[in-house]
Amino acid sequence: MYEKDGEKYFVVDSHSHFWDASKENWVEGKEQFAKGWIDCFYGYHQLGPPETHWDWDHYLKPSPEDFERDMFVEGHVDYAIFQSTYLKEWYKDGFNTVDQNAALLERWGDKLIVNGRFDPREGDAGLRQLEADVEKYKHKGVKLYTAEWNGASRGYKLTDPECYEFLAAAQELGIKNIHVHKGPTIWPLDKDAFDVADVDHAATDFQGLNFIVEHVGLPRIEDFCFMAVQEPNVYAGLSVVVGGLMHARPKFFAKVMGELLFWVGEDKMLFGGDYNIWVPKWQVEGLVDWQMPDDDQFSDYPRLTTASKKKILGLNAAKLYDIPVPQELQLPTSADETMAPGEELVEDRAGAQA
Amino acid sequence: MSDLPAEVWRALGTVLDPELDEPITDLDFVESCTVSPSGEVSVGLRLPTFFCAPNFSFLMVADAYDAVAAVPGVTRALVTLADHHASDEINGGVAAHSGFVGSFEGEAVAELDELRHTFLSKAALAGQDRLARPFVEEGLGPDDLADLTLAEVPDSMELRRLRDRRCAIGLPYTDDAPLLIHGDGTRVEAAQVPLHLRRARLQRVGIETTASTGKSLLKVRYSEEAKARA
Repeated sequence: MYEKDGEKYFVVDSHSHFWDASKENWVEGKEQFAKGWIDCFYGYHQLGPPETHWDWDHYLKPSPEDFERDMFVEGHVDYAIFQSTYLKEWYKDGFNTVDQNAALLERWGDKLIVNGRFDPREGDAGLRQLEADVEKYKHKGVKLYTAEWNGASRGYKLTDPECYEFLAAAQELGIKNIHVHKGPTIWPLDKDAFDVADVDHAATDFQGLNFIVEHVGLPRIEDFCFMAVQEPNVYAGLSVVVGGLMHARPKFFAKVMGELLFWVGEDKMLFGGDYNIWVPKWQVEGLVDWQMPDDDQFSDYPRLTTASKKKILGLNAAKLYDIPVPQELQLPTSADETMAPGEELVEDRAGAQA
Repeated sequence: MSDLPAEVWRALGTVLDPELDEPITDLDFVESCTVSPSGEVSVGLRLPTFFCAPNFSFLMVADAYDAVAAVPGVTRALVTLADHHASDEINGGVAAHSGFVGSFEGEAVAELDELRHTFLSKAALAGQDRLARPFVEEGLGPDDLADLTLAEVPDSMELRRLRDRRCAIGLPYTDDAPLLIHGDGTRVEAAQVPLHLRRARLQRVGIETTASTGKSLLKVRYSEEAKARA
């Protein structure tokens, strides 16, 4: 919990990792990719305030002690949701697997939620693995990388028939939150890995599932917003938005937040700190202190109130994941509820001023 | 006598990052450019990350090659991309004129024309926000905005860019064309103006945010500290 000026904020970090990019874990012959990947992350890391920067060697592999300090002791985080990222082509034991994440469950099981993953190209074996994972870890969510390579395949779409089978199975197993990585990616090649049209269709066909688009589709935030405004069960994952823009590019941070508040709305935006690309402390504190600038160019964007900050920082995600929130910290949010989509926007009848 | 290095630089200035809609020279993507007395040109490009999308990267290297090779006086052009996960495929493919599909044999099945088209459409939408904004600030209402033609917009670099983008993808770009049009080229009706402008602004925010983040990443990637680590 974070307290500032008499207001208390329940913090759920809906997108975090615990990775091993150490040199010992690099696959022989693939070192340049393993290094290229973590260097890319390190570039993003350096968009945070200088005093929060780690040295590169340390950045390769945080320890459990780092994690505890950064998230729970200094980072104000009440609950963290782990997303898994495998990348076994370059990292021998995986970059950030369910098992690695789950090892931390033993220490902080009351504050951690580990999300699973599936890959529809793995067929029946993949389905059985998903069942086993849900049985073992009680997953309520999964993280999907539609652009990930798998053998000869260079990616898949949520609308592939095989994927629909997995989505149906996941729903049956009690999973309700589908985090989709649509953003800076690994191998798009000719496939448009940023294309969110498949989320649009899947969200319509699976009304009982919530679709959280991580990194809000950056660098294609416009495609994401045009889609999200029409789908009541599509959410904006703010990882990278806060970490990558709030300090480094404050003017664009304000504009992106303004656009999200307008198109998606404060009940459907989820804070994610993206540990350990960045630590959550400065992101949580910065977001609580943040206000839309007074300048004219921001004048018709919605304002962010204390209540909106509370919802974005934790209450929306808590509702999606049934995380218990102390009575005095609760606020109503329409997250996880079926609302009418923004019809006035879809049908060209916006109330917005020109 | 012509100044060949300046001509080559000018040619590189016509090459755009397709997604950011900015010249690669302004984005600091041109790391080196040398011109020999006999007209042999060697250009080195660099990008913000090792994993920048290979399709966009390919377009920039191929466009840079075409632009430089077309400069009168250039006898040979070599354009290479450094520090990228697909440098070898891209550099080899561009040098061999084998196209994107040929360069990534077995990995890519479509050429990049559609991708280029998509980004030009996005740029043409964002440009409407840039050009319409001053009129909105002057207090023009939806009716007047819907009636505005390109002839009524003061001449500027931005207007010329908008015309170029529209021309390239078959959208109306002459003086009598409306400033505000839909993606299919049809006029935006007065009642649709407020939402249309919202969309155009969002498009612009998307492009400009990505460009700005790319600049930050390029700066830290090629910082002294990063070089010391490499």
